[in-house]
Amino acid sequence: MSKPVRPVVLESGIEVKPVYGPEDLAGIEFANDIGEPGQFPYTRGIHPLMYRARPFTMRQYTGFGTPAETNERFKYLISNGQNALNVAFDLPTQMGLDSDDPLAEGEVGRVGMAVDTLKDIEVAFDGVPIDRISVSLTINAPTVILLAMYLAMADKRGVPMNEVRGTTQNDILKEYVGRGAWIFPVEPAMRLIGDTIEFCSQHAPKYYPVSVCGYHMRESGATPVQEIAWAYSIAKAYIQHGIARGLDVDDFAGRISFNFNIFGNLWEQICKFRAARRLWARLMRDEFGAQKPETMQMKMLAGGGGAGLTIEEPENNIVRGSYYALISALGGAQTMALCCYDEAYTIPTPRAQLISLRTMQIVADEIGLSDTVDPLAGSYYIESLTAEMEKRMVDEMRRVDEMGGMVQAVATGQIQTIAARQAYEFERAVESGELVKIGVNKYRSENPESGEVELHPYRQAAVDEQIARLAQVRRERDTELVARTLRAVRDAAEKKQNVMPAVLDAVKAYATTGEITKIFKDVYGVFREPVIL
Amino acid sequence: MSDPIRVLVAKPGLDGHDRGAKVVAIAFKEAGMEVIYTGLHQTTDAIAEAALQEDVDVIGLSVLSGAHLAITRSLVEKLRARGKTDALLVVGGNIPKQDRDVLIELGADGVFPTGSRLDDIVSFVRAKMEERAHE
Repeated sequence: MSKPVRPVVLESGIEVKPVYGPEDLAGIEFANDIGEPGQFPYTRGIHPLMYRARPFTMRQYTGFGTPAETNERFKYLISNGQNALNVAFDLPTQMGLDSDDPLAEGEVGRVGMAVDTLKDIEVAFDGVPIDRISVSLTINAPTVILLAMYLAMADKRGVPMNEVRGTTQNDILKEYVGRGAWIFPVEPAMRLIGDTIEFCSQHAPKYYPVSVCGYHMRESGATPVQEIAWAYSIAKAYIQHGIARGLDVDDFAGRISFNFNIFGNLWEQICKFRAARRLWARLMRDEFGAQKPETMQMKMLAGGGGAGLTIEEPENNIVRGSYYALISALGGAQTMALCCYDEAYTIPTPRAQLISLRTMQIVADEIGLSDTVDPLAGSYYIESLTAEMEKRMVDEMRRVDEMGGMVQAVATGQIQTIAARQAYEFERAVESGELVKIGVNKYRSENPESGEVELHPYRQAAVDEQIARLAQVRRERDTELVARTLRAVRDAAEKKQNVMPAVLDAVKAYATTGEITKIFKDVYGVFREPVIL
Repeated sequence: MSDPIRVLVAKPGLDGHDRGAKVVAIAFKEAGMEVIYTGLHQTTDAIAEAALQEDVDVIGLSVLSGAHLAITRSLVEKLRARGKTDALLVVGGNIPKQDRDVLIELGADGVFPTGSRLDDIVSFVRAKMEERAHE
C-alpha cells in the first residue's frame, strides 16, 4: 500500500482524490451532460467554435479623476489593443451624489471617474469609437441615470438606441451582500432594475442591462459553489420580476449576463464555470420554460481575482494574474479582465494596466488557448468535479429558496452573515497556513512590502475642475426645462411607472446625478442595513 | 474578572467594502470583546456619537477607498468636540506606508493596513487596554 497522503479539500468542500479514473465518470452521460460546444447544455461553451472564431473580449476596469483624464486612459488602452471598456465611477457617483455635495468630500474622482451630468459622459467618450467598442458601466444603485446618460450620449453621436451595445452592472442584490454601494430599500431597487430590463427589451435590444455578480460575493466570503448559486438565485429574482411585469422570458433573460471571479484553486474555478453553464441552461429551460438558445446560454465576464492578490511582494500578483487569465480562458469566458498587480495599493499605473492587457493577449494569441474548444473536456477529474460542483450549486440554491429567495435573504441579512463568517474563517485559514499564500504565509520574506509600487496621486486640482464644470453646467442649462423634467421623474416614481423615459429627458436637460437620486430617495426612502455579525 | 472590552467597529464615508471590518469585528467577538458594528456609510459625526453613547473603549475605523486621512482627522475632531477622548483609536484598510505615521500624528493609536494578522490586531488592543488599566 502507498503511504497515506495529505487530504485536499477544495473551498467548496469537495475532497480531491490523488488519482481519478474512468470510474469517476459513472453517471455522467456525454450527450446529456457534456454535449457539443454551442449545444445544450453548453457545458463546453456557448459557441461551437469559441475562441477559434473569436477570442475573448478584453475589458480592463478603468476610471479615475475627471472624465477627461479617464478618456485619455481609455484611448491608451484601446491603442494597445483593448477591444472593450469597463468604466469605474467614483464613490459619490455610485452613491448618487454630486461632486459638490458635502458628503462627497475627499472622494471625488478617487476610486473612479466623477459623473455629475451628461456633459461628463460626453467628455469621457469623446473620440472613443462606441460603435465598435462595447462599454460596460460599473454602476448599480443609480443605474437608470447613468444608462440614460450613456444612451443620450450615443444618440448625440449618431448611434441610435436600438444599435447601442454595452452593459450596465446594475445588480443591486449583490451590493447588499458585498461592495455595499446600495442606496434604496430592496423593493424599489428591484423595481428600478425591472425598469431598465423592460426599457432595454423594448428600445435597446442589443444592450445588456444587468450583469449579475457572483464576483463581489466571492470577494466577500462566498465559496466558488456559493458564488454561482447565489448569483443564480439573484438572477432568478430579476427574471421572476420581469415575468411578473408581463415580459416573455425569451425577450429579456438572454440579455442578463454574469460577472464571476477567478482566484483560488485552478481546477475548482474551471469546473465552476463549466458546471455553471450547464446549470444555467437547465434552469432556464426547465424552470422558466425558455425556448430560445440565447436565453439558455450563460454569458460571462470571468476576471478580476482581487481577493487572491496580495499586498506582500506585489510582483507575484503578475504571476497570479497570468494563471487567472488561464483559468478564465479554460473556463470559456466571453470577456476577461484582470486586477492589476499594484491594485492592492493604488489605482493602477498605465504600466500595470498594460501588463494585465498583455497577459490576456499572450493567453489569447501566443500560447495556444484559442486553438481548440474546451480542451479539458473528457478528463476524469474535470468532468467528475464539474458534475459534483453542479450538484452542490443546486443544493445551495435550494438553501437560498428555503430562506425565502434572494430578495428576502439579503433584506434580512442572512446571506451577509454567512459570507462574513466564511470570510473570517478564510482569513484564519490563511493565518494558520492551512490555505497557502506564497510570500504571505509560506516563504515570507523579511520585507514583503515592495517599494516598487508607484502610488496614484489624488489630485485636488482634478476635484476643483470637476466642481467648476458642474457649476458651469448648472449656470448654462435651461433651469425651467430641468425643473419640468425632474417633476416628471418624481411623478413616474410616485406612480410606479417605468422611470426610464422621464430620466432620459432629465439627463438630456443636464439634470445632475444628485438631483435625480434625491427624488428617488424622497419617494423610495433609503435602505436600512440589517447589522448582524 | 474585569468587564469585557467594548469595541465600536465603524465604516465611515461612502466606501462599501466591509469584508475587512466584519472579519475584524468577528475576531474581536471571538476574543471575548463586546462588539458594536455601525454598518456602512456612516458620517464621522454619527460614529463619534455612537462611541459616546455606547461608551466604548475602542474604535476600529475601516477605510479602503483611500480617504483615510481626511476621515480620521474629522473623526478625531468630532470625538474631541464630544469630550470622548478616552477611546483607543485603531485604523485599518488600504493604507500606504507613508500615511501610517500621519495617522498616528492625527490621533490614531494603531494602524493596521490590509494584510495585517487578526491576532496582531486583537493582541494590540488587549495590550493597550491593559496598559491603560495600569496607568
